[in-house]
Amino acid sequence: MNIEELTIEKVLDGYRNKKFSITEIIQVYFERIKKYNPQINSFITLCEEEALQEAKRKDELLKNEGVSLPLFGIPMGLKDLFSTKDIKTTASSEVLEDYTPPYDSTVVQRLKDAGAIILGKLNCDAWAHGSSGENSDFGPTKNPWNKEYVPGGSSSGSAASVAASFVLAATGTDTGGSIRLPASFTNTVGLKPTYGRVSRYGVIAMASSLDSIGHFTKTVRDNALILNITAGNDMFDATTSQNPVPNYLENLNKGIKGLKIGIPKEYTTKEKGMELDVLLTFENAIKKLNKLGAEIIEISLPHTEYSIACYYIIQPSEVSSNLARYDGIRFGNDRSYFGDEAKRRIMLGTYTLSAGYYDAYYKKAMQARTLIKQNFDKVFDASNGVDAIIAPVSPTLPWKLGEKVNDPLKMYLSDVFTVTANLAGIPGLSVPAGFAKELPVGIQILGPHFSEELLFRIGFAFEQETEFYKSNPKL
Amino acid sequence: MKIDIKHVAKLANLKLNPDEEKKFEKQLSDILNYIDKLNEVDTKNVEPTAQVTGLVNVGRTDDQTQPCLNAQEALKNAKSQHNGLFKVKAILEKE
Repeated sequence: MNIEELTIEKVLDGYRNKKFSITEIIQVYFERIKKYNPQINSFITLCEEEALQEAKRKDELLKNEGVSLPLFGIPMGLKDLFSTKDIKTTASSEVLEDYTPPYDSTVVQRLKDAGAIILGKLNCDAWAHGSSGENSDFGPTKNPWNKEYVPGGSSSGSAASVAASFVLAATGTDTGGSIRLPASFTNTVGLKPTYGRVSRYGVIAMASSLDSIGHFTKTVRDNALILNITAGNDMFDATTSQNPVPNYLENLNKGIKGLKIGIPKEYTTKEKGMELDVLLTFENAIKKLNKLGAEIIEISLPHTEYSIACYYIIQPSEVSSNLARYDGIRFGNDRSYFGDEAKRRIMLGTYTLSAGYYDAYYKKAMQARTLIKQNFDKVFDASNGVDAIIAPVSPTLPWKLGEKVNDPLKMYLSDVFTVTANLAGIPGLSVPAGFAKELPVGIQILGPHFSEELLFRIGFAFEQETEFYKSNPKL
Repeated sequence: MKIDIKHVAKLANLKLNPDEEKKFEKQLSDILNYIDKLNEVDTKNVEPTAQVTGLVNVGRTDDQTQPCLNAQEALKNAKSQHNGLFKVKAILEKE
């Protein structure tokens, strides 16, 4: 058994065919984590004892009932923003360094009910504020592909753990690119679902009108399998949709012949810090999709250039409101424990919402948000629009640790191609698209609201053709 | 755009030292200058978007009491408590 080649599918097959027990699998993963995690720093909390107990219990079930659940005995990690009953949940901030939630978030409950085994809680930028993983109060996560480079953020530990084969899947959150960007920096598959497709209940809130709850896997198929579990209405999150949840695996194999795929010209400009390596990788991806039978059409999303400005009003405003509850009275430490990035965003949002400024900032940004959303509505128009869009995820390759930490604005601008999907509420799937200078590069596939099934279908066709998931980092 | 950092920090209930005030004042002013770019966008007669998937009037279908955290669980993480209650510092000053 080569642990790096394992996927959820292969492990479930292995359990079915008695190639290995659940306990054996969980032990192998913990051995690997203990050996390599000190270099990568993707875990904040390990749950070894609990996981092994659960594995033992499930091995008994396996003997009697076989593989009875869709994620039966699958080792997973959780971004440390997901509340876990009796397991410390820090949001990677010292404010919550000793906080132990008395309940599970909905997603965690659903994953456990589906048979998943939680190996631990994963590092991230504190409060999910950041694009590099360096804002964690518990030290930065390193990119498994080159430890001098960032793995992308904010779901840094989730992406790095999947890439390093510490877990088979990991949860993440995407408020402005925090799943898609680290997925593209680590050769993993990352899904930001439609806003409201997956419950936010029990996930520490960043910006409530933008937060999307997603996950990382090695393959598109595994990714679709996890969404089958996490998606759906939840009475504890009123913004979750009542739309029925399809079986996301069903149409994976349909191919992409005849699909119309749009390339937004604003996302492929050589200006705005776009690196040539990224552009070349993207152009190769277009050729592959064309070869697979998709029709490639140039489109325009004219308000793209205002998306970061719009996002950096709405997001900090909502952050300032959500983080107001952390006063150290009911749980955690007091507000002096907030790090610099949280302080910046709290103050920025406090300012833009303060008396006399609301109309000029927050209201103006919500109006601009309407225009950005209408740009997408127009290109996805059912009668003459495209079926999906593909675009680069980040204008640059992963950068070196420390390179952008002293320039917050520069860090913010790395999300220029990802924040638009959050503002419009649409889903985005980041899939591996190759390597440049031995560092991973991804592309994102965007579609209309609730089009995850189509995104998986396109991603799967691309993955079958390119097989980048077969490449693993040397740790 | 210059931000009154002391005033904003007070509103946000954050205590800053003089070095932080200086650093954040510059960084936040840079960011505000950048987001002023939004003024180039004509938003006359454009409706604001707050709920992006178009949900309206979402209510609970079953408004029934359900089991919830007991006092002990709710207090578990509180550093300062008294007689089964959260203990806080005085908010109102004596006259």
